[in-house]
Amino acid sequence: MEADLILKKLKEKFAAVIIETEKRSEKRCTATIDPKAIVKVAEYLYKDEGLRFIIASGLHTRRGFEIHYHFSFDTSGLILNIHVILNNENPSIESLSNLFNASNWIEREIHEILGINFINHPNLEKLISEGNWAEGVYPYRKEFK
Amino acid sequence: MSKKFLIPIGPYHPLQEEPELFKLYCDGEIVRDIKWETGYNHRGIEKLSESKTYDQVFFLVERICGICSTSHPFAFANAVEEIAAVEITDRTKYIRSIIGELERIHSHLLWVGLAGHFLGYNTVFMWAWKYREPILDLFEMITGNRNSYAMFKVGGVRRDIENRMIEPVTKILDDFKKKNDLLTGAVMDDPVIHARTKGVGVLSRQDIIDYAAVGPTARASGVAIDVRRDDPYAAYPLVNWKVITAEEGDVFAKAEVRLLEMYESISIIEQCLQGLRKEKEGDIQVKVNEIPEGIGTGRAEAPRGEVFHCVFSDGSNSPLRHKIRAPSYSNIATFKKSCIGQTISDATISLAAVDPCYCCTERLAAVYDSGSGRKLYNARELIGLSADRTSELRNKNDLK
Repeated sequence: MEADLILKKLKEKFAAVIIETEKRSEKRCTATIDPKAIVKVAEYLYKDEGLRFIIASGLHTRRGFEIHYHFSFDTSGLILNIHVILNNENPSIESLSNLFNASNWIEREIHEILGINFINHPNLEKLISEGNWAEGVYPYRKEFK
Repeated sequence: MSKKFLIPIGPYHPLQEEPELFKLYCDGEIVRDIKWETGYNHRGIEKLSESKTYDQVFFLVERICGICSTSHPFAFANAVEEIAAVEITDRTKYIRSIIGELERIHSHLLWVGLAGHFLGYNTVFMWAWKYREPILDLFEMITGNRNSYAMFKVGGVRRDIENRMIEPVTKILDDFKKKNDLLTGAVMDDPVIHARTKGVGVLSRQDIIDYAAVGPTARASGVAIDVRRDDPYAAYPLVNWKVITAEEGDVFAKAEVRLLEMYESISIIEQCLQGLRKEKEGDIQVKVNEIPEGIGTGRAEAPRGEVFHCVFSDGSNSPLRHKIRAPSYSNIATFKKSCIGQTISDATISLAAVDPCYCCTERLAAVYDSGSGRKLYNARELIGLSADRTSELRNKNDLK
């Protein structure tokens, strides 16, 4: 499956929640979606299309908190980024860990380093700091002037 | 009625070279639940990367892992070259693949040795580590380093493998092949290893998909994913090789996949060495003027599976955000499936079967003067000793 095809399918199925799509090459593309639809979109990609969840990257920009969920379609080498932007006040998003275990640790990690709340996560404990970091301090958050 | 126990393995334990804590909740001898604690060694490399220039990041990511020290620069180079839309030369592709495959051989040998050690079969340990030495010598001849080879840069490699090196490298590989046959035969046909590893730590196909496990862990359960084939990079599309898989999903299948993969790696290296002859010597880099704004996702198939790097660039000379996913991050979590219900002695080899990443970069002969008048070496002299050893190796193979 190439970038054009998966983006076309997503647009047909989730027209209401797709905010923007970008094709960078035949094998690399990004779809920015409404954060409320993340579980439905991820479920479709994982169960219906057979994509593999690689990892998620969380970052803090002037636009707010952004998460890129990276999915791989291994038979064609495609990487699809599902991109969401969360607002700066109480950033939260539904967890994908009830769908597949692969996102369990990375959601804990993003929670820990950026302070994003993953709703319905089975066990949102700290992953890497084991309580050694001060509460409420998020090392990957930035201060914008 | 048996008692319930909590058996801790770690944070510092002779079985583990790196600090991490496994808590085995046992009912008598049987493991009923398992929890994992980490973070003892968190170095904040992703954060550090944001303060380094693209050229410096290569040296940083090389130090994520001592064993797969080329996989991370490989994936990072792929990511940055994707942003900058750089097409590297064929000679660079061959050199990158040769380094990547040599690394796979030494890493798999290290795993086979450690697996033998975990099973209490130290002959395998001694053999595997002995036969791994010539591969490390090869690295030293080619790159000047046994580990952390510093070969990669954006748009190319830092050192050429000159054509006069092809013959001695091929000779060492030929010698290694005979030893590898011996080792593979010894492991694959040994009834004790069969008894300890067959049917132990089984991961089903569904477990692999659920945990998104990668590399030999996935391939041993019949999930044929390999970035080298699926999302081709470097010289892998230019040579013939095949993806090794097994169906059983147990520890033996993982050993089998790794042992057979070494033969594929040898074949890839031989073809790449032949490929080098066709390319112009010294044609090992293309000029990259700037890294524009954008996202780059690069991957490489490390010995343990897919390494994934995502680089967010804002057009400056360092990454805005650099996300790194090492294969063990996906693979270690599968212990929830592979260890529960096993006995404690089988749980340790099941944990080891995914090849959680160890660091083996230590190579320093510390010389003390305890009043005996023995010579002390300073840092410069130690570097000199290391350089002498590299030239000794090169001279031995007529590469003055």
